[in-house]
Amino acid sequence: MAKGKPGIDIERCKGCALCIEACPEKILKMSESFNRQGQPYTICFEPERCTSCMSCAIICPDSAIRIWRYVAV
Amino acid sequence: MRNEDADVKLVYSMPESLVDRPNHYCPGCGHGIIHKLLTQAIDELEIREKTIFIAPVGCSVLAYFYIDVDGCEAAHGRAPAVATGLKRVHKDKVIISYQGDGDLLAIGTAETIHAANRGENITVIFVNNAIYGMTGGQMAPTSLASQKTKTSPYGRDPADVGQPIRACELLNTLEAPVFIERCAVNNVKNILKTRKAIKKVVQNQVLNIGYSFVEILSMCPTGWGMTPQRAVEWIDEAMIPYYPLGNFRKKESDHV
Repeated sequence: MAKGKPGIDIERCKGCALCIEACPEKILKMSESFNRQGQPYTICFEPERCTSCMSCAIICPDSAIRIWRYVAV
Repeated sequence: MRNEDADVKLVYSMPESLVDRPNHYCPGCGHGIIHKLLTQAIDELEIREKTIFIAPVGCSVLAYFYIDVDGCEAAHGRAPAVATGLKRVHKDKVIISYQGDGDLLAIGTAETIHAANRGENITVIFVNNAIYGMTGGQMAPTSLASQKTKTSPYGRDPADVGQPIRACELLNTLEAPVFIERCAVNNVKNILKTRKAIKKVVQNQVLNIGYSFVEILSMCPTGWGMTPQRAVEWIDEAMIPYYPLGNFRKKESDHV
């Protein structure tokens, strides 16, 4: 299975947590601290389990998530 | 594979036509997703330099801050009329009218129906969130029966104000529209279908096929008084049974 990692722009995130529900691997959670907008933000606590399926990025209303995929060279 | 001999490739990022600026929408609002899908379609079809985006009145009134194409602001409900004028003058441009439920089905009903009936070669994106979000959660023509809003605190009473209007079914009685579809943005599967539908409605105009309409069921957690997680479930439980998803009409052009 493909592997990858999400890149979360914590300053764009508004903490709606739609990505947490959408993630099939359940590796996202809300932070305990707040960003400059005064909102909690999403963090990925086990990036090595990410399959780069892009579900979180597709559902993110704030375009705060980018996805990288590891490809063999 | 996650070691030095693996290369890292960016597979998903913000569309080029979407401005890198935090948007003003509430957490969990569907507008952000729909803006992203629309800008992806504009990028894929490479029509950024010839697109004219018509911003409506509603929460998305400032959408031209986020979508990096030429734009025009229309008076409340008059987006299809403005789009008609723009399209007839600038036949080579792609005119996208982006409207909410108060705009399209309350004050702008006449413009919507007549632009569709004339079969103007425009694209209409209708965002249905069953409430007036911008003004603070009043009842809209699309609010569901017994739905509680600021102006229907005991729930919408169909005996008093009528049943909610189904825009796709209404336009499907007309001859001229070539594409009518209803989608939702409440989960990844529905978003991917919506992405295809948005690309199709924009492409229809590029190919001069005719009036294309897409209705998108969207979340308004603030207006509905729900958490974003509850709002996406509410679309499945309450909205989709009344507003069934699917394609209502798909005419292909003879000369394409």
